[in-house]
Amino acid sequence: MLMPAPEQDIIAQRLDLIAALRALVPGEGVIADETSLRAFECDGLTAYRQLPLVAVLPSTVQQVSDVMKLCNSRGVKIVPRGAGTSLSGGALPLADGVLLGLGKFNRVLDIDWDNRCAVVQPGVTNLGITRAVEHRGFYYAPDPSSQIACTIGGNVAENSGGVHCLKYGLTTNNILGVEMVLMNGDIIRLGGKHLDAEGYDLMGIICGSEGLLGVITEVTVRILPKPTTQRAVLAGFPTSESAGDCVAKIIAAGIIPGGMEMMDRPAIHAAEDFVHAGYPRDVEALLIIELDGPPAEVDDLLLRVRAIADACGAVNCRVSQNEDERLNFWAGRKAAFPAVGRISPDYLCMDGTIPRKALPLVLTRMGQLSEKHGLRVANVFHAGDGNLHPLILYDANNPGELERAEEFGADILRLCVEVGGVLTGEHGVGVEKRDLMPAMFTEADLAQQMRVKCAFDPNHRLNPGKVFPVLHRCAELGRMHVHKGQLAFPDLPRF
Amino acid sequence: MPETFIPSGTTDVADLVKWAAAETRPLSLHGHRSKAGLGRPAQTEYALDMSRLSGILDYEPAELVLTLRPGTLVSDVEKLLGARNQMLAFEPPDYGPLWGGAAARGTIGGAIGCNLAGPRRFKAGALRDHLLGFIAVSGRGEIFKAGAKVVKNVTGYDLPKLVCGAYGTLAALTEVTLKVLPAPEKTRTVLVFGLDDARAIQALAAAAASPHEVAGLAHLPAAVAALSGVAYVARAGTGVTAVRIEGTDISVKARCEALRDLLGSFGAPLEELHSMNSAWLWREIRDAAAFALPQDRLLWRLSTAPLSGPTVTAVIAQAQPEARFFYDWAGGLVWLSLPPADDAHAALVRGAIAGNGGGHATLIRADLATRAAVPVFQPQPEALAALSRRVKDSFDPMNILNPGRMAPSAGT
Repeated sequence: MLMPAPEQDIIAQRLDLIAALRALVPGEGVIADETSLRAFECDGLTAYRQLPLVAVLPSTVQQVSDVMKLCNSRGVKIVPRGAGTSLSGGALPLADGVLLGLGKFNRVLDIDWDNRCAVVQPGVTNLGITRAVEHRGFYYAPDPSSQIACTIGGNVAENSGGVHCLKYGLTTNNILGVEMVLMNGDIIRLGGKHLDAEGYDLMGIICGSEGLLGVITEVTVRILPKPTTQRAVLAGFPTSESAGDCVAKIIAAGIIPGGMEMMDRPAIHAAEDFVHAGYPRDVEALLIIELDGPPAEVDDLLLRVRAIADACGAVNCRVSQNEDERLNFWAGRKAAFPAVGRISPDYLCMDGTIPRKALPLVLTRMGQLSEKHGLRVANVFHAGDGNLHPLILYDANNPGELERAEEFGADILRLCVEVGGVLTGEHGVGVEKRDLMPAMFTEADLAQQMRVKCAFDPNHRLNPGKVFPVLHRCAELGRMHVHKGQLAFPDLPRF
Repeated sequence: MPETFIPSGTTDVADLVKWAAAETRPLSLHGHRSKAGLGRPAQTEYALDMSRLSGILDYEPAELVLTLRPGTLVSDVEKLLGARNQMLAFEPPDYGPLWGGAAARGTIGGAIGCNLAGPRRFKAGALRDHLLGFIAVSGRGEIFKAGAKVVKNVTGYDLPKLVCGAYGTLAALTEVTLKVLPAPEKTRTVLVFGLDDARAIQALAAAAASPHEVAGLAHLPAAVAALSGVAYVARAGTGVTAVRIEGTDISVKARCEALRDLLGSFGAPLEELHSMNSAWLWREIRDAAAFALPQDRLLWRLSTAPLSGPTVTAVIAQAQPEARFFYDWAGGLVWLSLPPADDAHAALVRGAIAGNGGGHATLIRADLATRAAVPVFQPQPEALAALSRRVKDSFDPMNILNPGRMAPSAGT
């Protein structure tokens, strides 16, 4: 993984830059010693590590603006960071860049019950929002697996999802407003407590921009009343085809479950060995289908889902009879990543989305790729929305094995694109999938995305080296190659 | 009248825009012109009629995706989906009659350009929440795509969000993929009669905060309720507050029961609308049908924090006793009809919003002169306006596509 070559003249000014930053952010807000900087050397994608030039932890919006203005004027790069849980290396530091940590922005500013929203600082954790509102029966819907640790600012940057997003949407569908700071230090507010933008939907583009467009300093999120009832069906299937068929038939029957998860045999075994959730071991695929809502609706739909599962050849079909049992059904799925961590020293978690109908084909081809690369793979799958999480097992202590795992992963993602899917459903491109972007996008597609980047950050100082394989200069991207009189009047029907 | 080109494919559009960019000849983009009255008036020498780029390309109900050409009529899409018990969950309104046009002439491309959304907006999202991907021609004449054809995707910037509500000023769409969802088996509406606006919005807030998964929350003051085509509503003689429930048969019955208990605590009489009456009422609310006539009255669409709705209208009504209005989205969407005025009462309307929790107002209907003089879309603070101009430049550096439709062009 090649990052942009560090700019030596910037590194040479390090001490001067630290002094200038200390004038803006007093006390412990500027971190420059190597031991303390170690804490920031990687995010959730631990295969890549880099010490930042210096880390800054501002505590006010004005400080964020001042730091960005300073860096912009000196041509210094900035890498924003929330809790550092990104699985795609979105917060990987740069040797010649300032790491801007938002951890001190950890307060819930306002809970507006009547308007059903909360205004929070970006460093508040995803689960922290739900904790702040659940005593009155509300919650914040998107629930990425890292929700104990990941922050709402990071969720906005990555447009995070979770197991419930088929029914309740991703981050972008659940936020009402943001305050953000542009690279030039401008502080802007988008949205508020009302719906929809008055001009261009800039909040829509900020969400999922992976820290390349601006730094989020405040977020207004929608809070929803908690469903009264949640019950789950656990169903094993003799083949992945029959499980996939069951998922398609549930949706074709007009049912959108709160969550619908699939695991393949290796994932089932790893999870069962770890948490003893009572999963059947003699099946090729396992579905967990959760229905939530008013009790009458849940009871009604459970019967229908059960009937569909039976018709699709489900074995060991069980319906949760109480909350303990429901949580137990989920325990294995939620522990799937650490469970795989027990059977392999290291694993890479991939994140493609495919049209669901392509699942049997993709699983067969993935088996062939597993043999080709000589590495095992376990699959967990947000089956409702086609978001696949293959876990590639490897041992970093064996020379060359990480590289093989990365090649295997790249092959899987190319396969996802080949069948009509995408490189990433919820983890982001970051550095991990950056060089695969041309598998999905043409040069013209990427050029237009980069031009939008130029509108926010014309000198590419904000989180460079992420998302785009080659970052062209904005002047070059903006050039138009046509001149008057060289193009014929178009020969089209007209009136 | 501008000279109008009628392209039939993506490359036609690209050739034309490339020529227009090279010659600096701005283009107006349109489908059937059902919403031509919306936006700042902009005169161009040439126009691009996108309505021939129509038709379904791929529809897979089990994958919840629909790929089509943007010139397709919204009404045709709804028929197609309805046959498979699916729907466009953002419930696209039909605004054509607001400017005296025929009903059901709007295209999907127009719906995207205006980021349309009906009463289900607060639960299911607007069009922006359902556009998964597109192919388009930028103002540079370049063909590019963004997003994808699957329901969950974060690869690259979410440009589909940006083209929603951009009024054709960024790119000419030539193929789009929408997320579709199952249609509810059953719909019912609980009505509450006689609440004043503030109490009504509190009742809607209580319903919204309940776990009964409501899918429509509107309040019609007496003067607007009287215009309804639904007899129960028109004959009430009072304000009518409406709460919509959707789902399976058993579930809808149970939740209606629970909601009647909840809303009964407001001490006002209740009624229930079933099937046809319920559908008719929500279509009227969706299309702001009460304000289609008379057409010389100004029409504003206000987006506010839900509970601020009645506070904002109270300020306006005090200064303009002839103001008529009703509330959707639990109070967060206010449709406001005012007598004609050269300034469209813009300072009053926007000032009332600014002083009561913020939001924005769009001047939906006014004559040409008024729309040329009064900002149709909410003016933005300078840093944000400058960013928006840079975003426009990034797609359309020569200002070829619908110049001036949203904001005045630079230099004019």
